[in-house]
Amino acid sequence: MELITVLQILDSTVRLATPLLLACLAGLFSERAGIFDIGLEGKMLAAAFFSAAIAAVTGSVWLGLGAGIVASLALSGLHGLAAITFRGNQLISGVAINFLAAGLTVLIAQSWFQQGGRTPSLPGEARFGQITLPGAEALREVPVLGPIYAELISGHSILVYVAFACVPLTWWILYRTRFGLRLRAVGENPEAVDTAGISVVRLRYSAVLICGLLCGLAGAYLATALQAGFVQDMTAGRGYIALAALIFAKWRPWHALYATLLFGFLQAIALRYQNLDLGIVTLPVQAMDALPYILTVVILAGFIGKAVPPRAGGEPYVKER
Amino acid sequence: MERMPKWADVVLIPLISLLLAAVISGLVILAIGEDPINALNLMVKGALGSTYGWGYTLYYATNFMFTGLAVAVAFHARLFNIGGEGQAMLGGLGVALVCLYLPWPHWSLALIASTVGAALFGAAWALMPAVLQAKRGSHIVITTIMFNFIAAAFLNWLLVGPLKPRGGMDPSTARFPEATNLPSLHDLLAPLGIAFSKAAPANISFLIGILACVLVWVLIWRTRLGYEIRAFGHSEPAARYAGISPTKITVITMLISGGLAGMMAINNVMGEAERLVLNATEGAGFIGIAVALMGRSHPFGVFLAAILFGFLYQGGAELALWTSIPRELIIVIQALVILFTGALDNMVRIPLERIFMALRRRGA
Repeated sequence: MELITVLQILDSTVRLATPLLLACLAGLFSERAGIFDIGLEGKMLAAAFFSAAIAAVTGSVWLGLGAGIVASLALSGLHGLAAITFRGNQLISGVAINFLAAGLTVLIAQSWFQQGGRTPSLPGEARFGQITLPGAEALREVPVLGPIYAELISGHSILVYVAFACVPLTWWILYRTRFGLRLRAVGENPEAVDTAGISVVRLRYSAVLICGLLCGLAGAYLATALQAGFVQDMTAGRGYIALAALIFAKWRPWHALYATLLFGFLQAIALRYQNLDLGIVTLPVQAMDALPYILTVVILAGFIGKAVPPRAGGEPYVKER
Repeated sequence: MERMPKWADVVLIPLISLLLAAVISGLVILAIGEDPINALNLMVKGALGSTYGWGYTLYYATNFMFTGLAVAVAFHARLFNIGGEGQAMLGGLGVALVCLYLPWPHWSLALIASTVGAALFGAAWALMPAVLQAKRGSHIVITTIMFNFIAAAFLNWLLVGPLKPRGGMDPSTARFPEATNLPSLHDLLAPLGIAFSKAAPANISFLIGILACVLVWVLIWRTRLGYEIRAFGHSEPAARYAGISPTKITVITMLISGGLAGMMAINNVMGEAERLVLNATEGAGFIGIAVALMGRSHPFGVFLAAILFGFLYQGGAELALWTSIPRELIIVIQALVILFTGALDNMVRIPLERIFMALRRRGA
């Protein structure tokens, strides 16, 4: 295989891993604080629609991004209301949010644009453009390293760099700040946090809102950077793949990066080769589609190290009286 | 002391939740510039105004009865089976294999065998998540979600590859032989002198759905196994102390649940399409969640909720036909029902409990 082919696949891996990574880190904040979130998919979808819709109407991708984040935060707030304030079932709330987003986005898109549940195609300035890093063109001629820098590292939209920067940032917040310590504690043992005089409710709401912010970025990336506009159900299960990646990463930030890169790589391969000839067997494209889920089940089965979720995850906290 | 009478818990709370969902749906319709009252009229007329409409309503309701029962049975053991969609897809595969590869002299025999095939395939798809939950403690919600996607990819592959007939254009199996075609409600009601629409897809599976509701009621409230399932659902330590094996109950409950979800296929695959097509389930597995929550996990409640959702589905299709409201309105209503009856249950319950407490104090 030639270097340029490899680079193209890796380049597409980075593009496809970005929304997974953002959603995975979103889930990480929420679940580390003890709030299960299977509504990542819905939040991304809502953000994708509103970012594309507002970008299409105003012509500004930044206003679109803002609208996407607001939409995602609103759904996060709803999840918080159900899961934290009313101590409802977090999983059921997540399911409801996914359906709410799936239905409302099409309904509103049809009402605003009359294009069969999609937004108009976004012109150049209403999308996130590719950023050429300094010296990319000049260094292109350098053997091996030049093309790697010019093709793989340079030339992505700003949200890709933001997503990758979020990994060390998340690590730092979780493991090096007081907020992060408390956040992890509230996911393991909320009674202890409460006893220390820290508000469990406030901590969990902030975690859920950070989750909303990151899902908003992921959705906006899908509709305004990876593609040019919103189409019905454009998240296509990415929220669930991110959830799978989160388990794969065992709820750790750096591992979330590796897991989403792996799943992004699988998507890139599936996109490029319809059927993958491995010499001995030919893998159909459907096998590539199913692979992230199969790998997650294998991990969950505990064959490759056990994935233990945060101990208080999914349990509503009832303050003692 | 009970905080409020049982009837309030069983009837009043679901009704208030439904009302809230209806009001918000009405506001959504207003917001997109349509008239909610007119929309409701259209839905009632389209879904219940003719035997054709009823035929579709009952057809959808049959699907939702099976998937609703599947979720409800699992709820009794405090298991959240979100994998009804995948299990129903596999059930479709079971039906297709039975109908295509075995010779059948009469539809009645084919129906029995297909029901067994659908239940076995559905149950088999629930087995792995159940064992992983029972033995490895991995969360059943996550594993069943993963299995939904694996099922979709698997069927996708089967229908574009091995199961596609030579020369077939679309991704589906060959048509099932004539002898396996189920009688529709038209055929069943004609001897009784009742004229029922010939074009509507409701078929004999509707009666099997009702039978399934009765059998699940018997199972849950009149058998030892049902008692063990409920005991396990109320308190795992207490059930363990009473000698009930958590592993056994988890696996058996999920097998029953998966089997019920799979049995949906006798309605949509055998009764309606008469071949297995891509995405035959059309989300019915997920509607089962709303149906089970709305029906309070009781088979009779599931029956009523399934009819309600059948009405919403057929009514929604009519709306999409006559107004500019897309079919996706139904997904919004479904989401709101799940939200209010499932996740925001306490929002309705706590104020209601206060009212009943206040009334009781005044009475005393």
